[in-house]
Amino acid sequence: MTRPVPFFVLVAALLFTEAARASCIFDISDHRIPITTGFAGSEVLLFGTVDEPSDVVVTLRGPLSSVVMFRKARVAGIWVNAASMTFEEAPSFFSIVASRPLEEIAAETELRLHQLGVSYVVDLPRSVGSPDVRDDWKRAMLRNMAGTGLYPSTIGSVTFLGDTLFRARMRLPSNVPTGQYLASAYCLVGGKVQSAQTIPLFVEKTGVEAWIFDFAHDYPLVYGLIAVVLALMAGWSAHLAFGRS
Amino acid sequence: MQIYLPIAELSVNVFLLLGLGGVIGFLSGMFGVGGGFLMTPALIFIGVPAPVAVGTEANQIVASSVSGVLAHWRRGNVDFKMGFVLMIGGFLGSGLGVALFALLREIGQIDLVIRLCYVVFLGIIGSLMLVEGVRALMRRRNPTAERRKLHQHTWIHGLPLKTRFRKSRLYISALLPIGVGFVVGVLAAIMGVGGGFIMVPAMIYLLGMPTAVVVGTSLFQIIFVTANVTVLQATANQTVDVVLALLLLTGAVIGAQVGVRVGTRLHGEQLRVLLAVMVLMVCAKLVYDLTIPPSDFYVIGTIK
Repeated sequence: MTRPVPFFVLVAALLFTEAARASCIFDISDHRIPITTGFAGSEVLLFGTVDEPSDVVVTLRGPLSSVVMFRKARVAGIWVNAASMTFEEAPSFFSIVASRPLEEIAAETELRLHQLGVSYVVDLPRSVGSPDVRDDWKRAMLRNMAGTGLYPSTIGSVTFLGDTLFRARMRLPSNVPTGQYLASAYCLVGGKVQSAQTIPLFVEKTGVEAWIFDFAHDYPLVYGLIAVVLALMAGWSAHLAFGRS
Repeated sequence: MQIYLPIAELSVNVFLLLGLGGVIGFLSGMFGVGGGFLMTPALIFIGVPAPVAVGTEANQIVASSVSGVLAHWRRGNVDFKMGFVLMIGGFLGSGLGVALFALLREIGQIDLVIRLCYVVFLGIIGSLMLVEGVRALMRRRNPTAERRKLHQHTWIHGLPLKTRFRKSRLYISALLPIGVGFVVGVLAAIMGVGGGFIMVPAMIYLLGMPTAVVVGTSLFQIIFVTANVTVLQATANQTVDVVLALLLLTGAVIGAQVGVRVGTRLHGEQLRVLLAVMVLMVCAKLVYDLTIPPSDFYVIGTIK
């Protein structure tokens, strides 16, 4: 058994290597993404600098959620949901963009270490089934989430203006979940992550949409009754408008 | 023009929703059916989550039934006593239905159950209507063919709690309409329909009500049952989207007016055969989708 490294040694190591490391600083154009009546998706823009030429990878993660998957099987001639699997703590949204193809930037071990790729983020506990079974479920989950647009694979890019200024652009589809998102930028030199920075941003409903949603969840009974009264009035006015002719 | 639906949590083109409401309103006006059994699958098809489609459609049916029942009321075609008795069954049934819905959703079988319900009921109703319609068309050409017996005495007439329904000119057990209301109430909650397409044949063939009061009375009790489903779904599952409901019913109201006008120019029997063919086509499509191997054997159940 190895002894844990004392904390001050870690701090000292970080301090001494600081000077040698490339670092990146960035900010995002909007820290709030409002979902309004006309919301049809949005775009997150990041601007940043690196202090020496390096590769930049940017990730955007949605709030954690639990995703339930089903596998279909044929029962009496029809296809039904037979088996199910729950992915606890999977990001509800995950997007990754980079200045070059990821496999050219770093080796798989480094990407896995820093969770640069949705397949390194989503996982099933080792207690579940055999590795083959786990792998089947995981690939199915990633494929289906990509299909809904919540794990986009290629939309967006990181572009450099000169050697040190970079800009990244990521698309949020119209079905994005609400909540706190984390935008992270990693700068890599020689296939190793040198530094990283993370900034939170919020996707939230605003205006009438937020009000209706909150009302429906805070006062469900009143909401239901109002919905019925609205329908009664709509039906009655339809009768007045057209019914007498 | 896109609009974000606050409860369904997705953005949809406004004109798509108005158009959908219009087309289905047109069909419902032309054929004299509620249209819920077409609207709910259509909403699921455009990406509205099934629970939201069902809850919202119940809300929309409240509106379309009100405008329908007012017209029948003025002509005196509503049997209120029968309506209230049916409603008792309907309240019990829809309460059970909403609870069942929540349970099936939990275990991931709600989509399958919704689809199977549609297959079974559309299949039965479609075939019956087709046979009836074709027979009526034949009869028109051959008026000497024998007619069906109007009233038969069976075990049904031996049930207790006999009640007189003046308007329907019936003296039957109250348990019968309560039972019919109950079954339709369960289906209304699970399938997101008013249930007129089951209620109307049940009233004619099972209860033996005169055709004139059937539609008005069915609409009358549908208002209360769907209102009950709306409130229960809103309370238990928060799946009623008023924005979606208002957009759909705007289209549906206008479509229904056009449909009624077109419908009066066509013959009843031809209409019935046409509707039967349409119902059977929807049914066949559902069966086909259930039996062909899926393109992906894995599907997402819920994201919470």
